[in-house]
Amino acid sequence: MIAREARPAAPALDRTILGMFLFIASEAIFFLSVVVAYLASREPGLADARANLDLGRTAIFSVALFSSSATVAVANARRDVRWLGATMLLGAIFLVGQGSEYARLATIGIGPSSALFGTTFFTLTGLHGAHVLVGLIALAALAAATTRRTRGVGPITWEAVSLYWHFVDAVWVVVFSVVYLGTFL
Amino acid sequence: MSAVPLWVARPAGASAAGWLRTVDHKEIGVLYIGMGVALFALGGIESLVMRAQLATPNARLVDPELYDQLFTVHGVTMMLLAVVPLLVGFANYLVPLMIGAPDVAYPRLNALSFWLSLVGAIVVYFSWIAGGAPDAGWFSYPPLAERAFAPGPGVDYYILGLAVNGAGTIIGAINLAVTILLMRAPGLRISRLPLFVWMTLVTSFLILGAYPALSGGLVMLFVDRQLGGHFFDPTAGGQPLLWQHVFWFFGHPEVYILVLPAMGMVSEVIPVFSGKPIFGYRFVAASSVAIGFLSFSVWAHHMFAVGLNEFETLLFSVTSMLIAIPTGVKIFNWTATMIGGRIRLLTPMLFAIGFIAMFVIGGLTGVSLAVVPLDLQTTDTYYVVGHLHYVLFGGTMLGVFAGAYYWFPKMTGRLLSERLGRWHFWTAFVGLNLTFLPMHWLGVQGMARRMWTYAADTGWGPWNFVETAGAFVLAVSMAIFALNVVRSLRGGAIAGDDPWDAFTLEWTTTSPPPPENFRTLPAVTSRRPLWDRKHPEMRDAS
Repeated sequence: MIAREARPAAPALDRTILGMFLFIASEAIFFLSVVVAYLASREPGLADARANLDLGRTAIFSVALFSSSATVAVANARRDVRWLGATMLLGAIFLVGQGSEYARLATIGIGPSSALFGTTFFTLTGLHGAHVLVGLIALAALAAATTRRTRGVGPITWEAVSLYWHFVDAVWVVVFSVVYLGTFL
Repeated sequence: MSAVPLWVARPAGASAAGWLRTVDHKEIGVLYIGMGVALFALGGIESLVMRAQLATPNARLVDPELYDQLFTVHGVTMMLLAVVPLLVGFANYLVPLMIGAPDVAYPRLNALSFWLSLVGAIVVYFSWIAGGAPDAGWFSYPPLAERAFAPGPGVDYYILGLAVNGAGTIIGAINLAVTILLMRAPGLRISRLPLFVWMTLVTSFLILGAYPALSGGLVMLFVDRQLGGHFFDPTAGGQPLLWQHVFWFFGHPEVYILVLPAMGMVSEVIPVFSGKPIFGYRFVAASSVAIGFLSFSVWAHHMFAVGLNEFETLLFSVTSMLIAIPTGVKIFNWTATMIGGRIRLLTPMLFAIGFIAMFVIGGLTGVSLAVVPLDLQTTDTYYVVGHLHYVLFGGTMLGVFAGAYYWFPKMTGRLLSERLGRWHFWTAFVGLNLTFLPMHWLGVQGMARRMWTYAADTGWGPWNFVETAGAFVLAVSMAIFALNVVRSLRGGAIAGDDPWDAFTLEWTTTSPPPPENFRTLPAVTSRRPLWDRKHPEMRDAS
């Protein structure tokens, strides 16, 4: 027992990082509930989904979001604002893709109220899109603080923001699989 | 020691602006407790109106529409807006003191969680003056909660208020969990944590697992109501049962979120007032973790009557019975702690013993409801209402009062009156049994919950009258407690640092504690650091 006490403590987990992990865990449960709802409503909406979703286009825009996980990792490793900029650009491209998909669906009369498929599709992808937007704001705030503050921003902040961005990306892996791949494959 | 409560005398707390901008965990704890007390009073008034309406058959004190709003808001208040802030408030105040930390991990975020919680509660209550309160029950089942059947704005205020309140609760849980995991005093290993802190840790994880599911459900209900969605609309292929699954995935852990911290309070009080360490510390802690895990696997026992398949019915019946095991373990731990102890029957201990007795009744009826045939007969009757009030009033609230009498001297520097405390306890004990015990046989006789009135020839009148009388005894009991608090704040006996000859770190600092909590910390080498300091010849082994 005494020997255990005297042993030098392992480098402690930073409290901001642990807090971010717990926040991400709670967000994961939040998305899980909506994904479960999507799956539970899948059968009645499947024909609508097959007829109207554009797998190819969305796959291309998804590649932008997936690759932004790599750019944010580089940005975090090098503390480099330019790589943050690249991440934001890729995230914005993804949102534009989402927006154009929404616009296309709207022109053919599919919205949150049109049928069960519209309800579940717009809720799930909309919630994810909102999280991407929040991530973009966090990235922009990090970039602004890094360039403006003479002392820069601590490594923990870089780490926390990039963790959140990875999470937003990981959610899309699930959402894209469930909504797009699950419909066509 | 200071005779005037520091949290009142401190510059930050002296003005309204000070309370608005405080980031001190003790002041935020007091704000949370104040919010909890205020909402508990509102929820209590709602229940008194309902009891007055039910006192006699065919009463017309309130109309059915108002009655629906009363039971809905009473449920929402007690389950989410009153007791959670009370418990989180105690945790906010006590956890840093009990683990020897200067504050919580994120003091500013702590203020944000409180204000979000409060704004959420205000949004729910604002509905009363904005076109009608929610009236679809505290669990707002669709299709009743859909726009077609609840066209007023009440359910929308419910959605918005609970979403905001829940965000505050989630942030608060992250804060408490990180504080407990990373900010303990040197030597305070996780295996030496005071049990209230243990239970707070488990509760924080339950909040993180359960509340986001509610948020998800609320978003879906919002989409249905405001964007014309069809999640729960069977005419468009949606499934009302989906809401029930999502809601109870949150709702059952919520019950443990409400009861575990109270169990933690009792686990602090009973050893101190028995003059012994807790019996089977590891079992108390481990059984809490077991309850935490199991609580996520029992949700569909709220749904036996909807026609689950045989496998689901069996599964949720078994898991619901299983959860009685870790709960029963705790009952034995507490009673075994008292056996052979030097018991001091002061008010905190009275409430702690009352907690055990009442919680056992609520727990046993809970097991009976896990028996599917019995559940099918009693579902949506007063039997269930009686069960849940034994757990949440007889359990949680008696536990909270035990904690309130125990820690009030630490928070204010003054003792509460023992004489009034005894009046408070016995009126509460008698009142709650009068109110909630007859519900069991009324329920078995078929009295449905939420019924606005009943015919005289049902024969339910006399027992309903007894229940109503009991509810007003409870109201008197709460008034005695309020009187006790006010009189003590004005001129109660000075408590000193350690009025109960207690064991844990919060009693090593002044009452109330200074803003930085501790000037010096005793070395922590066991679960009872203060005991070790007072009795070096009888130090606990590590």
